[in-house]
Amino acid sequence: MDELILKLKKEVIEQLNLEETTPDDIDPDSPLFGEGLGLDSIDALELIVLLEKNYGIKIEDPKDGKKIFFSIRSMAEYITEHQK
Amino acid sequence: MGATLPLFIRKINMDRIITAYSHITENKVIVNDRLIFYQENIVNFADFVKIVYKQEMINYPRFYKMDAISKLGFLAVELVLKEKTIAGYRPEAVGVIMSNSSSSLDTDIAHNETIKDRSSYFPSPSVFVYTLPNIIIGEVCIKNKIKGENAFLISEAFNGKLLCDYADELFDNKRVEACLCGWVEVMGNNCNALVALVETADRSADSSGSGFKPMLFNAENMNFIMKRN
Repeated sequence: MDELILKLKKEVIEQLNLEETTPDDIDPDSPLFGEGLGLDSIDALELIVLLEKNYGIKIEDPKDGKKIFFSIRSMAEYITEHQK
Repeated sequence: MGATLPLFIRKINMDRIITAYSHITENKVIVNDRLIFYQENIVNFADFVKIVYKQEMINYPRFYKMDAISKLGFLAVELVLKEKTIAGYRPEAVGVIMSNSSSSLDTDIAHNETIKDRSSYFPSPSVFVYTLPNIIIGEVCIKNKIKGENAFLISEAFNGKLLCDYADELFDNKRVEACLCGWVEVMGNNCNALVALVETADRSADSSGSGFKPMLFNAENMNFIMKRN
């Protein structure tokens, strides 16, 4: 899980162009939206694309997004559960 | 009577002046006639704008999320507003008129790259939102809390007259009291941005103190700045 969390942090930084952020700056349990990284709605769409492109996971119900993308850890847990 | 109207119009136009400007080309940045950045061997636009952004100590993390043309326009405006503040104006009284020749083509191409292969079809939302040139104006307005009239004009080449005519119309109709006017063009690693802050003589008293002598806002001077630098 720790390995996946680190990989995800690097992917999120690259995908969302968080140039002044390092993996160490991201607390895996902190909320990604609203506070913490201060991501916006376009970033949310990028994260959906990231899951599909890098992990082959398609989010069928948009309502699940809030839970899945709550934090880096919740993303990692979702990937672990759903990756084939 | 016939002779008084042209004189009256001329008087109004004489009232508008360029109180600050920035001009950015591939490896050079000029602000109010001062060369503030020059590097011989820059080959990459992304590196260039990042170096200038850091040199000028601008702190706006959203900058990194912008597309190339928005970064260039944003930077050009920030350099102008470091010289001459618009804080004294109502947000609704500041206009932004930008122009270029290739619209958002540079970003349109980047977007096309993400969708041209049907077997790897992953359009990027953050690229797609920049496939309109007026997003540059949006970024500038968000950062500087500007809510006035705005327009993005497309012309084959830099056209000082077009910009002046449009801005003059806004001033004449009292839609703006200050206006950021210019040209923002990026294609690959080629870039050219000229942004001028236009104010009326009576509102431009709080000058930057940089020694820049305000210029009359007209097509000749806009074309002159663009060609000279």
